[in-house]
Amino acid sequence: MSNIEQNPVKLLELEGVSISRSGREVLHDVTFDIYKGKFIGLIGTNGSGKTTLLRAILGIVSPSSGHIRFPSSSKQGSSNNIGYVPQKIDFDPDMPLRARDLVALGLDGNRLGISKRKKSDKLLVDSLLEQVGGTEFANSRVGELSGGEQQRIMIAHALISKPELILLDEPLANLDLRSQVEIVTLVSNLAKDSNITVLISTHDMNPLLPVMDRIIYIANGKVASGEVSEVVTTESLSSLYGHHVEVVNLKGRILVVPEFEEGGFNFLRGIPGNEDH
Amino acid sequence: MFSAFMLNAWEISSIVAVVSGVVGFFVVQRANAFAAHALPNGAFAGAAAASYLGISAVIGLSVFSLAGALVIAGLSRRTRSDVATALVVVMMLSLGSLFLSFSSGYAQQVYSLLFGEVFGISRSEILPTLLISLFCMLVVLFLYRQLLYTSVVPEAAQAKGVKLAVVDLMFLLIVALTTTMAVPVVGTVLIFTLLISPAAAARSFTNKAHIAILLSVSLALTTVWASIALSYETNYPAGFFVGACGALIYASGRIYRFIHSKNSKSREATLAHILWGLAEAALTLNTDAPLGEVKDMANIDKVVENKLPMTELNQVVHLVQFISSNN
Repeated sequence: MSNIEQNPVKLLELEGVSISRSGREVLHDVTFDIYKGKFIGLIGTNGSGKTTLLRAILGIVSPSSGHIRFPSSSKQGSSNNIGYVPQKIDFDPDMPLRARDLVALGLDGNRLGISKRKKSDKLLVDSLLEQVGGTEFANSRVGELSGGEQQRIMIAHALISKPELILLDEPLANLDLRSQVEIVTLVSNLAKDSNITVLISTHDMNPLLPVMDRIIYIANGKVASGEVSEVVTTESLSSLYGHHVEVVNLKGRILVVPEFEEGGFNFLRGIPGNEDH
Repeated sequence: MFSAFMLNAWEISSIVAVVSGVVGFFVVQRANAFAAHALPNGAFAGAAAASYLGISAVIGLSVFSLAGALVIAGLSRRTRSDVATALVVVMMLSLGSLFLSFSSGYAQQVYSLLFGEVFGISRSEILPTLLISLFCMLVVLFLYRQLLYTSVVPEAAQAKGVKLAVVDLMFLLIVALTTTMAVPVVGTVLIFTLLISPAAAARSFTNKAHIAILLSVSLALTTVWASIALSYETNYPAGFFVGACGALIYASGRIYRFIHSKNSKSREATLAHILWGLAEAALTLNTDAPLGEVKDMANIDKVVENKLPMTELNQVVHLVQFISSNN
């Protein structure tokens, strides 16, 4: 792990990526690199294109122009070594599926046919459940778990295939503050232990500030990326939004505040950190 | 009760129950209940077309239900799948009524497809039914993990390389085939009950998917066996007992969960579901031909006359069921 700092390995490379969905350009000329072992926050409002960007990295959505490459991987564009936690998980409470079954699906849910799970697979499921602190509800129905517990199970499900990169789409939405901190700490610790790269999308960057190495900020279909101190500045975000926004540091909490011009209240909408507080 | 005449009924209904139990589990799990309602209706229209064209009803059944599955799968990629399914139901039913108006002479056969003729099955129909059933179950086993994975977290399955559109289409085709095979036996109305009730009840009794499938098959078998026996003894229609058993099994599953679950959402659903189950049973009591009358073919016109006005009501009840099952 110590050699990451001296010799960073480029895991993922996006170059001039534009993506259109039903005729509308959602992302325009997006370029950034992701280095192995980093914890990266993907910040933007709802509808800014975070999910589209993640789906493009997974290979589910194809860019209309530009390239998405995995320079260190032999399997180009293959999504087999990426763990994914989709957004808005809403499990049917009537569904006959235990937490441990969902974790196991991360291992073999994409296969055809049926076979009895091997002893080693069962042990692997147990160990993942233990790592996410889910042993005590392993045999409960997933639909009856709390939001935070479901996120833990989904994280175990995403990590069981031993991916190099894990993508989490709005895993903090609908969680109380304490669960948010717990999930962020859990992901950060697991990633450090196994040298996994994390790309986590959220509309509020504040819960990520203690652990985030780099930030990718999406607004207006464009992207600014770098260290938090470089990207989250009044100048950089103002140029991204196309109008003046002020970055305020309030007791360790970063707020992005629009300047009140004519119709200024419209700017309040759509700026991270200002919608649910 | 086990005479040669009845043996066919026991055998064919057992086959239909087993395949309905297996396929029905995934119909419920994948929230395809509305499609499971639409495809038998499509099949009914196909039978009407076949009777007009003077070809085998099975050809009409399979062509229309498979086409229905393709259209639902195709449209679902562009619009909401419930809307796509509703469009298919409407299209199929209107085509069915058109063909029926052309072919008044053959209408009796077509109406029997609405409610099935479990006691009128001939020996030669058993082998094809068995083969189609085996094929359906083999495909479900082959796709088992992908069907389950895509029903739980479709986006994650897709990220692991599962082709959602392919799995959806394959499953709809399986529902269509099951329908084709089951409609002549239990009819369009009751195949819907057999696909939904045992599977939905089974989900209440266990936390494991594979156990739920085995349980769903057992409950479907219990339903049809009890219905045939009760119908034989009481001379009330088998369809009534299928509907009533389905409601009863589902209700007991709900009560079991009510006692064993802390979750309030599932408690609220309990009452609504029991009510529609009873409505279905009451309706089939009115519409289904009593066993004695079916046996007496001279009476068929009278029976058909009684059924006709009720089919509209049936559609309404199914709509209510669909809405309540989605809430």
